[in-house]
Amino acid sequence: MAVLQIREAINQAIAEEMERDPGVFIMGEEVAQYNGAYKVTQGLWKRFGDKRVIDTPITEAGFAGIGIGAAMTGIGIRPIVEMMTWNFAILAFDQIMNHAAKARYMSAGQFKMPIVFRGPNGPAHMLGAQHSQALESMVAHVPGLIVMTPSTPYDAKGMLKAAIRDDNPVIFMESELMYGIKGEVPDEEYLIPIGKGDIKREGTDVTIIAWTKMVAVALKAAEELEKEGISAEVIDPRTLRPLDEEMILTSVRKTNRCVIVEDSWPYASVGTEIAHRIHTKAFDDLDAPVEKINSADVPMPYAENLEHEALPSPAKVVAAVKKVLYR
Amino acid sequence: MKEEKKKSHKPRWADLDLSNEKLIKMYKDMLMIRRFEERSAQEYGKGKIGGFCHLYIGQEATGVGAIAALRENDDFIYTAYRDHGLALARGMDAKGCMAELFGKVTGVSKGIGGSMHFYDLSKGFMGGWGIVGGHPPLAAGSAFATKYQGRDSVTICFMGEASTNQGVFHETLNMAQLWKLPVIFICENNGYGMGTAISRAMAGEHLFEKAAGYEMARGAVNGMDVIEMYREMSIAIDRARTESLPTFLEARTYRFRGHSMSDPGQYRTKEELEEYKKRDPIETFAKELIAEGILTEAEIEAFDEAIKTEVDEAVQFADASPQPPLEMLHENVYA
Repeated sequence: MAVLQIREAINQAIAEEMERDPGVFIMGEEVAQYNGAYKVTQGLWKRFGDKRVIDTPITEAGFAGIGIGAAMTGIGIRPIVEMMTWNFAILAFDQIMNHAAKARYMSAGQFKMPIVFRGPNGPAHMLGAQHSQALESMVAHVPGLIVMTPSTPYDAKGMLKAAIRDDNPVIFMESELMYGIKGEVPDEEYLIPIGKGDIKREGTDVTIIAWTKMVAVALKAAEELEKEGISAEVIDPRTLRPLDEEMILTSVRKTNRCVIVEDSWPYASVGTEIAHRIHTKAFDDLDAPVEKINSADVPMPYAENLEHEALPSPAKVVAAVKKVLYR
Repeated sequence: MKEEKKKSHKPRWADLDLSNEKLIKMYKDMLMIRRFEERSAQEYGKGKIGGFCHLYIGQEATGVGAIAALRENDDFIYTAYRDHGLALARGMDAKGCMAELFGKVTGVSKGIGGSMHFYDLSKGFMGGWGIVGGHPPLAAGSAFATKYQGRDSVTICFMGEASTNQGVFHETLNMAQLWKLPVIFICENNGYGMGTAISRAMAGEHLFEKAAGYEMARGAVNGMDVIEMYREMSIAIDRARTESLPTFLEARTYRFRGHSMSDPGQYRTKEELEEYKKRDPIETFAKELIAEGILTEAEIEAFDEAIKTEVDEAVQFADASPQPPLEMLHENVYA
């Protein structure tokens, strides 16, 4: 088994799918000749050429829309649209929310929408408010979209391959700070189905739910908690819409306590929805209300100390776990 | 002398591939749109049609002339929300169109889309989009897709003039020219973005020159003249099909009704409206077809009767059709 960085795992997924299906292409800012702003598309232009690895102007709404139109034409095209970051994709939200997400429904099922929008999401480091924000709640809100958030190289590759093969618009949210993280990736082909979560660490006393970067924060907290004799289960839904509700409820029914960790803002977040579902569907199994750890409810400041203060941390998660354990 | 003159006379479309049969079809298509939309207004007034309802009355020549120049099966059409007339021009059934307006399951989008969202993928009719300026990149995307797959299809994109003030319109023109996409943008300039006259919304006088910044082939055409529309579109379609190059066409037209059914149109004068009605695209074409000996007045009247009957049947069909079943609420969100 090879040890790959997340960027390499994503690169492999794209290359393998392009190899498998000539209708798959990738476009975005700097994806071709520059080899990707975060080097995710390294070598793809050389390998597949101008036709299938396409540098776009800086015009997110425009090229998102071109991808959508290409996908819905129904002649075997499966675009992968790279957003340099999801911050910039906000410009394309009309295309994604009003067009990609709704074409199938409005036409009573006439169109398929086999398109993936992917790129890094969530706070990075000292980039200030416009370049540091987690936007999964905004897209997860929209029926018609699928939202995937990988946390390991293994997950990233298997999930992206499934996303590319799917006939729905998939929002695939990575993280700038995780592209260099390494992990084992099998040499043989595998897919991770949409909507299938994963238990990242088994435990018995409390369930910690986290995705993307926050999985590492949750695992670090779990290590700390272990030293104090508290056994935390860390689960990663991997897909935020549709949600692996069964995995979440099964875990909470076992541990009876739950903390959700997300680096998006707290107001109307994905965690809010998950907490609501746990409260309504596993109420009798809970020994404490579900706790949520989020980024501070402010635009991200630049100053390092304030940024640190704003973000979820293992210490904050440990404190929340103790709260639900009444310790 | 008289005999000689008659021999040397040629209709102004003599250089175009327009058979009498095709000319008559274009006339009938325009008349169908007119009668369909008049009836839509009546049914709206009766409360049979809800929501927003944007009529195509006055603009028939633009849509019919443009669509008549397309291939029937493998070319693609996108439009904004003023889409009933274009759907009919593409050969979508009046029954399915009226049923859609009535919100019935027999509609072209099974009653889920409504007035602004007509679709028929089998005819390359790609909608039917409600956000001003939102759909032009989609049309460029279809052109991108057919080019990618090595097909010689073209995509045409109707839009109102107000959409050319949106950012994404410019983004689309830039990429369409940069990537040499076989797409034709038909800007239906009816002079008003809802209730705002173009002079109050657009800097500059010549709308089609917006494409100049992208060095795209461009021009203005009399959108009240179905033959001129057909002529300019044929040139643009040929450019797209053989050279894979886009075109921006400004079709100067006029809507005889308000922006939507709720608009009494108080922002324009009666005189202006009357002036345009003198150029009614259907009446002027009828006169010309009669003058050229292609149709008689009696034939035209017979067409009108037949079309009115067809629209009548469409209304009866729509009225008698069931609403979508409740389980459809959750269908087709995902593939």
